Amino acid sequence: MPEVAHAADRRDAAWWVDRAVRILVLAGGLSAIVFIAGIFVFITREGAGFVFDRFDFREFFGSPRWTPTSSHNPTYGALALIAGTASVTGLAMVVSVPFSLGAAIYIGEFATGRVRETLKVLVELLAAIPSVVWGFIGLSIMNPLIIQVFNVPVGLNVLNAGVILGLMAAPIMTTIAEDALKAVPDTYREAAEAMGATRWQVTFKVVLPAARNGLVAATLLGVGRGFGETMAVLMASGHSINLPTSPFDSVRALTATIAAELGETAAGSDHYGALFTLGIFLFLVTFAINFAADVFVRGGQRKHRRRGRRPAASANP
Amino acid sequence: MSVPVQASEVPDRAIEVEDLAIRYHGKLALSRVTLHVPSHEIFGIIGPANSGKTSFLRAINRMDLMTAGMEVSGSVRVEGRDVRSWRNPYALRQRIGVVFPLPVGLPLSIYDNVALSARLRRTRKRADLDVIVERCLRRAALWDEVKDRLDSLGSLLSGGQQQRLTIARALSQDPSILLLDEFSIAVDPVTTMRIEEVLAELKSEMTIVLVTNLVQQARRLASRTAFFLTGELVEVTETEAMFEGGAQDPRTTAYVEGKFG
Repeated sequence: MPEVAHAADRRDAAWWVDRAVRILVLAGGLSAIVFIAGIFVFITREGAGFVFDRFDFREFFGSPRWTPTSSHNPTYGALALIAGTASVTGLAMVVSVPFSLGAAIYIGEFATGRVRETLKVLVELLAAIPSVVWGFIGLSIMNPLIIQVFNVPVGLNVLNAGVILGLMAAPIMTTIAEDALKAVPDTYREAAEAMGATRWQVTFKVVLPAARNGLVAATLLGVGRGFGETMAVLMASGHSINLPTSPFDSVRALTATIAAELGETAAGSDHYGALFTLGIFLFLVTFAINFAADVFVRGGQRKHRRRGRRPAASANP
Repeated sequence: MSVPVQASEVPDRAIEVEDLAIRYHGKLALSRVTLHVPSHEIFGIIGPANSGKTSFLRAINRMDLMTAGMEVSGSVRVEGRDVRSWRNPYALRQRIGVVFPLPVGLPLSIYDNVALSARLRRTRKRADLDVIVERCLRRAALWDEVKDRLDSLGSLLSGGQQQRLTIARALSQDPSILLLDEFSIAVDPVTTMRIEEVLAELKSEMTIVLVTNLVQQARRLASRTAFFLTGELVEVTETEAMFEGGAQDPRTTAYVEGKFG
C-alpha cells in the first residue's frame, strides 16, 4: 500500500513541465494586457498636465485653429485635424470597401485552385508594403496625376490621401473578409447549390448573410487602420490645416500632426501635452473601433455556435 | 455540342442509368451501374460505407460540376433526357430535391429557408410564399413545432427539426425527384418514423431515391432495392424478395442479414 500512495503523490518531470509551461504562457498572455495598459498610462500621464491645466473642451473639439507655436496666443483647436483624419478615412473606406469585398468574394467564392492561391499570396504581399512606400506613390505618382486630370493647383489633398489609404487598407480588409467567408461552412453552399441556386445566388443569398458580422468587422478594422495611419497620410494629404470642403483641399491628420511636431517641442510644455492629448483621443477612438469590431465578430460566433455541432447519431430503429 | 433530346421508350421511367462510372481525380469510385427507377417509386440503395451510394446521387443532379476532380461517364437520364444535355444545370437541380446526411439549416430564418427556392425562381409575393412555406413545413411534419417562430434562425433548431426543415426546403422546390442520402443519421428514431410516414405519402407525387445505411429502413419503404458494394452495383431486386432470402447474390443476403458491413 505505501508504494501506491507514493505514486499518487510523486510529481514527475511531466507534471513540472506542465506547470512551467502554464506559467510561461500565462506570462505571455498577461504581457499583452501589461503593454496596452502601460501605453495608455504613459500617454495619459504625458497628456495629463495639459488636460487639467490648459485643456478647453470647446476649443479642442470646436475650433479649427491649431497654432501651438504662436508666441503670444497659442491655440489648440483640433477640429481641423479631426476633420482631416475623418475625411481621409471616409474616402479611404469608399475606395477600399468595394475593392476588398469584391476581391474577397472572388477569392473565396469564385476562384479555384491555382488562381485562388496566387491571389491570396499577392494580397498578403500587398498588405506587407510599408506605408512610406504608399506615401511615396502618393507624392510622386498620384500628385501629378491629380493635378493633370482635375486641373487643380495642388495634388496633395483629401483625394490623394484617401485613395492611397484606401488601397493600403484594402489588402488587410480583403484577408479578414475572406476569412469571414471561409468560416461559412461548405455544407451551406452545397445545400443551396443542390437546390439549383447559381454561384452568385449562393453567395448573395446564403454566404454573405452568414458572414455579415465578419464582413462588418473587416470594414471596422479597415477604418481603424485608416484612422491610425501616419506616414502615408502625412506625405499625401498636403499637411496643411484646413476644414475640407472638397476632395481637392489639403488637410492635416491627427497622426501626422503628432509625428511632425513632437520632435520640435519641449518635454512638459503645453504644446507637448496637447500632442499627447491628441494621442489619447486617437487611442480612445481606435479602441472603440476595435471593440466594436470585436463585438461584431463575437455576435457572429454566437449566431453560428451550433453549426459545427453534430447531433447524436440515432440507433437503428 | 449538345446531345439531342432522346425520347425514352418507357416514358414513366424517372431515372435511367446506363453503364455509369464515377472517378475522383482518376480513381474509380463507382463503375458499371445500370439501373432504372420508375416514376412514383421509392427506390432503395443500401451498402456499406465507400460503396459509391452518395457518388451515385451526386451524378444524378450534376453535382459533379461543383466537385473538384469528379468525372462521370456513361449516361444518366432524368425524365428521358441525358442530364448532361441540360444547358442550364441549375434548372435540372431545381427539379431534384436533395437531403444530405447531416441536416443543413441555412443560417436564415425558418421562413426564409423554406422560401429560398421559390425566391430563387423569382416568386416575390408574400402571400404566395406564405402558402408555400406553410404547405412544405406541414408536409415535413414540422409546422406545429415552428409556426410561432418562423422568424428565428433555422440553424438553431435541434438536429431532428433541422432535418425536417431540410426536407421542407427540398419539397419547396416542388421536385419531381427526391434524393435522400442517409437522412436519418442525425435524427432520433421517433422523428425518423414520422419522416418515413411522410415519404410513403409523397410517393404518389414524386420519385424517391432513398440511400440508407439502415437496411430495415429500405425494407419498410422501398419497393425495389439496389445493393452497392465497393463501387459496384451487386444487384437490384424487389425489396421483399431481397429480405426473404430471394437475393440473386449471396453477398446481398449476407449484408441484409447483418453478417458484414
